[in-house]
Amino acid sequence: MTDDLVFGLYIFALATFVGYQVISRVPPLLHTPLMSGTNAISGISLVGSIVAAGSNHNSVSTALGFIAVCAATTNVVGGFMITDRMLRMFKAKRARGAAEVIAPPSVAKAKGH
Amino acid sequence: MTPLLSFAYLAASILFILCLKGLSSPESARRGIVMGEAGMLIAVVATLLHKEIISYEWIAAGLVIGSGIGTAISLKIPMTKMPERIAFSHAFGGLATALVGVSEFIKTGGHVGRLEMGALGFEVFLGSLTFTGSLMAFGKLQGFITGRPVTYRGQNIVNIGLFFATLVLLVLQIISPGEQPILLFVTCAMGLSIGVMAVLPIGGADMPVVISLLNSYAGLAAAATGFALKSNILIICGALDGSSGLFLSLLMSKAMNRSFANVLFGAFGTQIEPTAAGAGGPAQPFNEATIDDAAAVLKAAQTVIVVPGYGMAVSQAQHAVRDLAAALQKNGIDVKYAIHPVAGRMPGHMNVLLAEANVPYDDLYDLDMINDDFARTDAVIVVGANDVVNPAAKKDSSSPIYGMPVFNVEQSRSILVLKRSMNAGFSGVENELFFLPTTMMVLGDAKKTLLSLIVAMRDEGH
Repeated sequence: MTDDLVFGLYIFALATFVGYQVISRVPPLLHTPLMSGTNAISGISLVGSIVAAGSNHNSVSTALGFIAVCAATTNVVGGFMITDRMLRMFKAKRARGAAEVIAPPSVAKAKGH
Repeated sequence: MTPLLSFAYLAASILFILCLKGLSSPESARRGIVMGEAGMLIAVVATLLHKEIISYEWIAAGLVIGSGIGTAISLKIPMTKMPERIAFSHAFGGLATALVGVSEFIKTGGHVGRLEMGALGFEVFLGSLTFTGSLMAFGKLQGFITGRPVTYRGQNIVNIGLFFATLVLLVLQIISPGEQPILLFVTCAMGLSIGVMAVLPIGGADMPVVISLLNSYAGLAAAATGFALKSNILIICGALDGSSGLFLSLLMSKAMNRSFANVLFGAFGTQIEPTAAGAGGPAQPFNEATIDDAAAVLKAAQTVIVVPGYGMAVSQAQHAVRDLAAALQKNGIDVKYAIHPVAGRMPGHMNVLLAEANVPYDDLYDLDMINDDFARTDAVIVVGANDVVNPAAKKDSSSPIYGMPVFNVEQSRSILVLKRSMNAGFSGVENELFFLPTTMMVLGDAKKTLLSLIVAMRDEGH
């Protein structure tokens, strides 16, 4: 039991560390897509729900599993779709826009970050 | 677990991390999401081949129903309702994990080890807390429940009491796992009630923090599921979601000048009560401007900064903002947007709305990037923002928002504030910016004001 716990904690700690490092590089511009994206990823509880709904143990656990599959699938499908819908909207200045508007010096500054 | 399943989960975990890595820039973000989708597909298909699965009817039905709901919501929902959707999906995530926990417990008939029992307890508790907490947040955002903080005498004691009672419950279950099955259901009930009680005292303006925190709890619940089911992929994804929630909560708390402890326990009602402040008091004189006055100021400007806030989302004015900016740019005026981290009701709320209105993202500037520019700016247009432009945060130590980093809007030559009325905003804090001699108040619905401004600019041009 202790081995399982320690092994699980290893994975949890390392994944948290990697996650925090990767996520701290996400610019504020994309914080809403980040939130809906991680929400879709945490819909991975779908795999647990699938096992609960399909292992036919007894009707109560199947019913609970079924509701869980519905909820988790909603998050996975909806989460990825809406994240993509949002990201499609983010556009840089297009060529014709750039011709009209002279880039202010602070743009260059921002790019340097 | 078969080797196939293990390797599939490993591949999926790597793809999820690459998905988040893609989000580090708008150019690579969509590619990242495709990797995330691929990872999810691999994980789900591999799970469907799991030998424990005997019947597929309920799984198929659930997948179809869930995909239907998910697709419908994501295609139909307007971008202004994004915070509501996020809160709603956290609720679904919490619900799924809590149900998986209860289902697993029933399946084992209570014959579980200490580790499984502890994990199941945490999973069910965090899942049910996230479920009701997110529903409350959703209700507050949607206006079903008052957006103002709901407080009562002894609230802290009740909440802290509930929290400790739950800890005792969890410890009892770890000591003698599965002996009293009822305890897990009591834990579930405690989670459900703490979710409600903890979000009750939180006001609308604190929503970005609450939503980030709930994001974190949803992740921790998924990680606890991983411990209970001995599934590494669940632990990894839960950790990723949890750390993203943690990162955003820390960022939001910094942007509101609250300590992390205050944010964590702010959810348990230790917030200062911001009402009453400035509600009464003598009416100060302010400059109310007509549309033509405002248009004249903009015409004379060389540089303009737009500061959007929650009011822009409420009146759905993002397209009108873009149109006005386009009209200004046509006259050779330089237009930038200043985006505060806590503007709106969730992290990145304003960015998404302006992106929807086709504003190029290189025109959007963070607090640090733009704050020195205000002193060199001819006109600032404040669209439905309040606390993030309140100079009291810098000078008045008695103000509830003292110390919060705010825009130096008052340093610019002239300020146009588009606001529905002179009532104090959500937080009830009086804003002296509105009474400065350089400020012109244009009262009314932000969208209507912006549209008439565009017309007035065009007329004057002829």
